[in-house]
Amino acid sequence: MSGGAIRIDDVVKVYDPDGSAILAVDHCSLDIPAGEICMIVGPSGCGKTTLLNAIAGFHSITSGAIYLDGEVLCGPGKPQAAPGPDRVVVFQNGALFPWKTILENVAFGPIMQGRLSRKDAHDKARQMMADAGLSGTEENYPGELSSGVRRRVEIVRALMNDPKVLLLDEPYRALDSLTKSVMHEALLEIYYRNPVTIFFITHDLEEALFLGQRVAIMTTRPCRPKKILDVDIPHPRNYSVLTAPRFRELMEETIEAVHEEAIKAFAAGEKEGG
Amino acid sequence: MLIGFALFLGFWYLAVDVWKLPRFAQLPGPDAVIKEWFNRNPAYGISIFTPEYYVDIWVSVRRVAIGFALATALGIPLGLFLGWSKTFREFVFPVFELLRPIPILAWVPLAIVMFRGLETPVIFLTFLASFYATALNTMLGVESIDETYFRAAQCLGARRAQIFFHVVVPGAMPFIFTGLQISMGVAWFSLVAAEMVSGKYGLGYLIMNSYTDVQYPTIVIGMITLGLVGYATSALVRAVGNSLMEWHVRELALGEAA
Repeated sequence: MSGGAIRIDDVVKVYDPDGSAILAVDHCSLDIPAGEICMIVGPSGCGKTTLLNAIAGFHSITSGAIYLDGEVLCGPGKPQAAPGPDRVVVFQNGALFPWKTILENVAFGPIMQGRLSRKDAHDKARQMMADAGLSGTEENYPGELSSGVRRRVEIVRALMNDPKVLLLDEPYRALDSLTKSVMHEALLEIYYRNPVTIFFITHDLEEALFLGQRVAIMTTRPCRPKKILDVDIPHPRNYSVLTAPRFRELMEETIEAVHEEAIKAFAAGEKEGG
Repeated sequence: MLIGFALFLGFWYLAVDVWKLPRFAQLPGPDAVIKEWFNRNPAYGISIFTPEYYVDIWVSVRRVAIGFALATALGIPLGLFLGWSKTFREFVFPVFELLRPIPILAWVPLAIVMFRGLETPVIFLTFLASFYATALNTMLGVESIDETYFRAAQCLGARRAQIFFHVVVPGAMPFIFTGLQISMGVAWFSLVAAEMVSGKYGLGYLIMNSYTDVQYPTIVIGMITLGLVGYATSALVRAVGNSLMEWHVRELALGEAA
C-alpha cells in the first residue's frame, strides 16, 4: 500500500449549535506517517471524534488544514473533500447494513464505486474473509452474528476498498475484555497483511499501547495533543508484550498523563452539570 | 384461541337467545346467523350457496385491491422522498399534513362530484385513506434510519442515487410494511363507509341494504365476512413483507429466542 500520510495542521473547530460557541479542537497539529498505527487517547467527549469526522469528511473545520499525502482534505479556501473510499471509517456502534448479507456488505464498496463487477467483488470478498478467518458467515445477516465477528467483518469491508487510511472510532468499546484481546490480535494480523495508516480512537490505555506505534494523549476539551508517546516495542506483537517490563513502564507514563486530563474532564463535567 | 372464540359465541348466544338482554333482544343470535349463512335456501337471499354473496365479496375485494395498489404505488415513493429530501419535504409536507386530518367521510361529496360513475368515487376514497397511512409511515421509516448507515455508505464510495436504493429503501422497509398493514385496515374501513353512501354491490352495500330491508342476520353475515376477508388481506401483506425482509424476520426470531 502506498501513501496514507496524514498531516493535521493547526486545526481549530468551533461548534455553534445555539449561539454559545463551543471550542472542540484548539490549534491541534499531528503528523501521522503512512502506514503507522496512531492511537488517539483522551477523555470521553474531548473532541477526538470531531477530529476523526473532519478527516473523514463528515464536517468542516473552522481553521487550519488537514492533508492526506500532501493534498488538502479540508482547509481554508478549499471545499471540504467528500467522504470516500480512501479514508474508510469503522464506527463506534458498527455500521454493517442489517439488510444485506455479510458477503453483500463486504463486497459493497467496490461494487458501488464500479471498480469490480459483482462477481469479482464477491470473489475478492470471499478471499479476504477467508484470510481473516471469517469463512462460513457469508450468507448470514449481521444481526445473526456476535458483535466481535461483526467488528472483524467491518474492518474487512473497509479494507476491500484498498483505503489509504482506516479511521477507527472506539470500535471495540462495547466488547468484553476477553473478546477485545482476540480482536486486537486479529486486527494486527490484518494490518501486517495490509499495512494501511490507522487512526484509532480509544480510551482503553492497554489497547492503545498494545496496538499503537505512537499514542497521542489528547487534552480534554478543547482537544490538542498533550503528549505523544513512541511505543518502542517492535511489531509484530502478540499478547505476551502485555507483561513485558517496557510495556509496564510505558503504561505508567501514559496513566500519569491521562489521569491529569481525566480529572480536568471530570471537573469540567461537574461544572456543566451543576 | 379456540377458547376465546367459544366464549365470545357463548356470550353472544346467552345475551340474545337466553337472557334476552334489553339492548340485545332485537339482534339475531349466532344460531340464526349460522343457519342463514349455511342455508341452501336462505330466507333473505344471501348465504354461501348464493352467487350474489360472492359478487359482493368480489366487488369489495376488487375495490380494495385497486385502491390499495394505487396507494402503495404512489404513497411509498412520496414517503421516501419526503424522508430523504429536505427541500421536497418543505414544499410538500405542510400541505400533506393539512389534508391528512380531514376524515375520509368528509371527502364523500367531493369524490362523487369529482368522479363519474359509481365505481371510481368508492375506489378514490379507499385509495385516499390508505395513501396517507402508507406515505406517512414510509417517511417515518426513512427518518428512523441511523445516520451512521448514510456515512458508512458514503465512505464506501456510494453516490447519492446508490445510497437511495441501498440504504434509504431497505432501511425504511420495516416501517413501510407496518404502514401497509395499517393502510390495508383503513382501506377496508373507508371502503365500507363509501359503499354505504354510494356504490352498488359490495359488502358495505350489502350491510346497509339489509338494514333498510330489515334482514338482520344478513347484516351480521356481511360483518363476519368483512372480518374474515380483512384478516386474509392483512395476512397477505404480512407474508409479502416477511418474504422481502428475511433479515428482519431472522433478527426478530433471534430476539425472541434470546
